[in-house]
Amino acid sequence: MEFCSFLTLDSFITDPLTHDFMRKALLMSSLVAAVCGFLSSYLTLKGWALMGDAVSHSVMPGVVVAYALGLPFSLGAFIFGVGSVALIGFIKQKSRVKEDTVIGLVFTGFFALGIVLVSKIKSNIDLHSILFGSPLGISLSDVKQTILISLLVVILLSIFRKDLMLYCFDPRHAKTVGINVFFLHYLLLTCLSLAAVVGLQSVGIILVVAMLITPGATAYLLTDKFDNMTLISVLSAIISSLIGIYVSFWFDLETGGSIVLAQTFIFLFAFLFAPRYGIFKLRKLFVGYK
Amino acid sequence: METINYQNFRIEAENICVDYNGKVALYDANLRLKPGQICGLVGMNGAGKTTFFNALTGFVNISKGKIRINGESVRSAQKDQTIAYVPQNEGIDSQFPISVWDVVMMGRYGSMNIFRSPRESDVQAVKDAIERVDLTDHLSTPIGNLSGGQRKRTFLARAIAQRASILLLDEPFSGVDIRTEKLISELFIQFKNEGKTILLSTHDMIHVREFCDLVLLINKTVVAYGETSEVFTPENITTTFGGISPDFLFGPES
Repeated sequence: MEFCSFLTLDSFITDPLTHDFMRKALLMSSLVAAVCGFLSSYLTLKGWALMGDAVSHSVMPGVVVAYALGLPFSLGAFIFGVGSVALIGFIKQKSRVKEDTVIGLVFTGFFALGIVLVSKIKSNIDLHSILFGSPLGISLSDVKQTILISLLVVILLSIFRKDLMLYCFDPRHAKTVGINVFFLHYLLLTCLSLAAVVGLQSVGIILVVAMLITPGATAYLLTDKFDNMTLISVLSAIISSLIGIYVSFWFDLETGGSIVLAQTFIFLFAFLFAPRYGIFKLRKLFVGYK
Repeated sequence: METINYQNFRIEAENICVDYNGKVALYDANLRLKPGQICGLVGMNGAGKTTFFNALTGFVNISKGKIRINGESVRSAQKDQTIAYVPQNEGIDSQFPISVWDVVMMGRYGSMNIFRSPRESDVQAVKDAIERVDLTDHLSTPIGNLSGGQRKRTFLARAIAQRASILLLDEPFSGVDIRTEKLISELFIQFKNEGKTILLSTHDMIHVREFCDLVLLINKTVVAYGETSEVFTPENITTTFGGISPDFLFGPES
């Protein structure tokens, strides 16, 4: 009986694994989550949440144009992602409008352009899957692209891990000791665009910013060590993805939304119960709070 | 140990100008400092002190003028780890998840390989630097758990670990405890004897008289520059602070 099989934890986990699309979805979403989680610690510490939102929305027209031209959608997304940041920088420098306003107007402009393009280019683009993600319907070529991009981002972040940490922490010192701050700035932006591209397959353009900031914010509440923060961020992102996909499978819910909700719940848990920085400071109960 | 020629200039800034998107922050500023000299940089908020530092470290580009560090460009000074910058406490994110050890190790980054993996010599330099600022008990303490004075000493240690010959310090005495203040002044004397050149900005007039051989009074440009005993006069200070009487700045008793 359906109801009985649901009750055992074993089948709760193993049943979905009998489906090919579920195995693929779980694997790919975990990979994407790991990449976004890795980047997330840098973005939250640098204070680039709004930038993450901007870049992830701005990739929309790039995705549409790339699909229409038969190019890899990551290429189009990347060009528009970096382009939006360049445009934000340009308008900020050449006008008296404040930065957050510029960011807001540029990314909504790009996003609107994307939506208009979708309605004009009558192709087989599925607007719903771009906006809300479709981890269950990911194609083989998308799988290859995602793995490639993910590897690239992980390698870049690993090589420049410490430099990026220094860049987020004290760019002036970095510059003073001859480290190329300009390069690091654009490296981080490039990784952000690439992560947004892979992330949007899991949760869609609208929610991908959550993948880029929530795991980092959660980890920030749980540790005072940068390496631990990265680790916790990656783990919480992966766990959220798995929970989100399982829950959406069993309860027939929107997958992207479920993944992000799982992240939000993990954040709330940390917000309430983090040993040192949580509202209730669990540490106080066990070891006495200093 | 390199030999220090005390006659050559460490810092030479000639008629430098800095503007941010057309807004002038500093113009026609000059400064020449030799090894072993300590110079106080005095001026109001917004007078261009931090801009001056930024120009010397290459963090902002100058729009006019010339800067020579040890006779060479700012860029080669960066590569040679010549200049260390010690930020004000407000200038850094104290909640950043990073330990004292890791901050001081950042002083070595410029001379490490691309992965910034510390060699034995880097570890030793960091240990020694932390010992000199008396923070050996706090090696793995996150900077967020330090007092203002301890945090200031952490960044001083970073400058020491860097083995820079020029130290730029932004408000080194603001918000620190007596113990830190004493330690910093002792370090200044040691630095001077080691032939390092120090440029420090401060609001506190008493510190200028106490430590600085030279003083540079600025208000967007140089108001006065020279030996502290000659230049640091009530008239000059009044001009620098836009007409506020030195009585107000020094307190009535001085």
